Amino acid sequence: MSVSQAVVVDKPPPLARGWPRARIVGYALVGVWILFGLGIVAYLIYAWNPEFFARYAPAYLQGLGTTLSLVSISMILGAIFSLPVAYGRMSRNRILSGLAYCYVYFFRGTPLLVQTYLVYYGIGSFRPELETVGLWWFFREAFYCGVFAFSLNTAAYQAEILRGAIESVPRGQWEGAASLGLHKLQTLRKVVLPQAIIVALRPYGNELILMIKASAIVAIITVYDLMGNAKLAYAKSFDIQAYIWVAIVYLVMVEILRHGVEWIERRITIHLHR
Amino acid sequence: MPAQSIWTLLSWGPDGWSDDIASGVVVTIVLALATLPIGLTIGFFVAFAKQHEEPSLRLAANIYTTVFRGLPELVTLFLFFFGMPLLLQYVVRLFNPAATIDVNSFIAGMIVLSLIFSSYASEVFLSAFRAIPKGQYEGGYAIGLSKWQTMRLIILPQLIRIAFPGLENCWLSLLKDTSLVSVVNLAETLRQSGVAARVTKHAFLFYSVAALIFLALAILSSIATGYILQRLGRRAVR
Repeated sequence: MSVSQAVVVDKPPPLARGWPRARIVGYALVGVWILFGLGIVAYLIYAWNPEFFARYAPAYLQGLGTTLSLVSISMILGAIFSLPVAYGRMSRNRILSGLAYCYVYFFRGTPLLVQTYLVYYGIGSFRPELETVGLWWFFREAFYCGVFAFSLNTAAYQAEILRGAIESVPRGQWEGAASLGLHKLQTLRKVVLPQAIIVALRPYGNELILMIKASAIVAIITVYDLMGNAKLAYAKSFDIQAYIWVAIVYLVMVEILRHGVEWIERRITIHLHR
Repeated sequence: MPAQSIWTLLSWGPDGWSDDIASGVVVTIVLALATLPIGLTIGFFVAFAKQHEEPSLRLAANIYTTVFRGLPELVTLFLFFFGMPLLLQYVVRLFNPAATIDVNSFIAGMIVLSLIFSSYASEVFLSAFRAIPKGQYEGGYAIGLSKWQTMRLIILPQLIRIAFPGLENCWLSLLKDTSLVSVVNLAETLRQSGVAARVTKHAFLFYSVAALIFLALAILSSIATGYILQRLGRRAVR
């Protein structure tokens, strides 16, 4: 009796056989996707134009470099600037935390495109004043303006990620470290941050992906990044493959990053799995 | 710089720009509100497919979100705005060789924003689906409800309540993404502010106004969602 009971375990329900409605719909939808993909491949082969490729492929590569440098510089500057903002958000000082809250709320509540315009066209309109201060060389360049706006924007998001990760570590960890005689900075570095990184990794990865996607915006303020070069190529050739190629490049970049983050996450949480 | 004062520029009427910007705000709000139901519906069905036992349905839904979450919003928008007329024209010319197609930037924006919104909303719906225990379905079947009735009467009311905070975030990013449609010449808030900025040479002023408008819309939405959340909560208690 008991033996037979032990044998009977919960099996997952067997997959339905034949052609239930869900399967028909599913196959049809996958079929649509396959057709769509084949259509794009067929179009790219049909529209294959060695001249187009020879002319714009180097520009695309250069644009890719611009995009990557824009994103990496902004991410690093944003990470540095997010430290005081996150500190302000967690501070008990009402004025400090209020200021940090307003900063974060403004940059998360308004579109990045508006912020970019505000820097490039808005601050750029004070040319005489900027020239007297000696900052005109900076705000004259669309690329620098893009980096400026993107750094401020990502600093707000990164500050929230950092704050969430640090606050996710239980208070007992701080108290335990304090009772061992570690001072605050040591506690942060040796006890809290290693635990916070696990929580923060995925949001940081998402933020990086969002930044790569958002970086297409700088094409509008005349930076020749990947998207900017696609715009230029389209404006010159009226060939839609200009945008199809750029879409493929972005998609590949995002997918590589997404899987990379997942891989790192699996590695650093290995001690949590059994 | 022109000699007009800031207050004249911001006044309502022929000298000021408030009326133009206000019409842009209306377009922004209408665009976001028109996108919302389409995006929510698609997002719900995509999430439904993603947690379905049929592998082919899951695959199709996963391709959908991978594509539309992986592409930059601007690229999707340009692909649609410039690619759709070509495709439509090709199809229509099979029947009527003289036809020309022009895609309205409002419609193009609405389609693209729905695609993006639905792929993000589907993730929210999916985690809500996973938070509902299996017993809820089984209970529904046990009292003789059909699959569709169980979904509508038992699962959906709980799903909305669980998914609501996540959907609020999706709505806020939808509001911000509407500004991208200004790039294809839709006369919404940012576009109108940009026109004002170019004409009056007060770029900082008018782009700040645009930023403050978006901020105000975000604050208004959080007040509204707070109210809705309270209502949902009160119904749950009863």
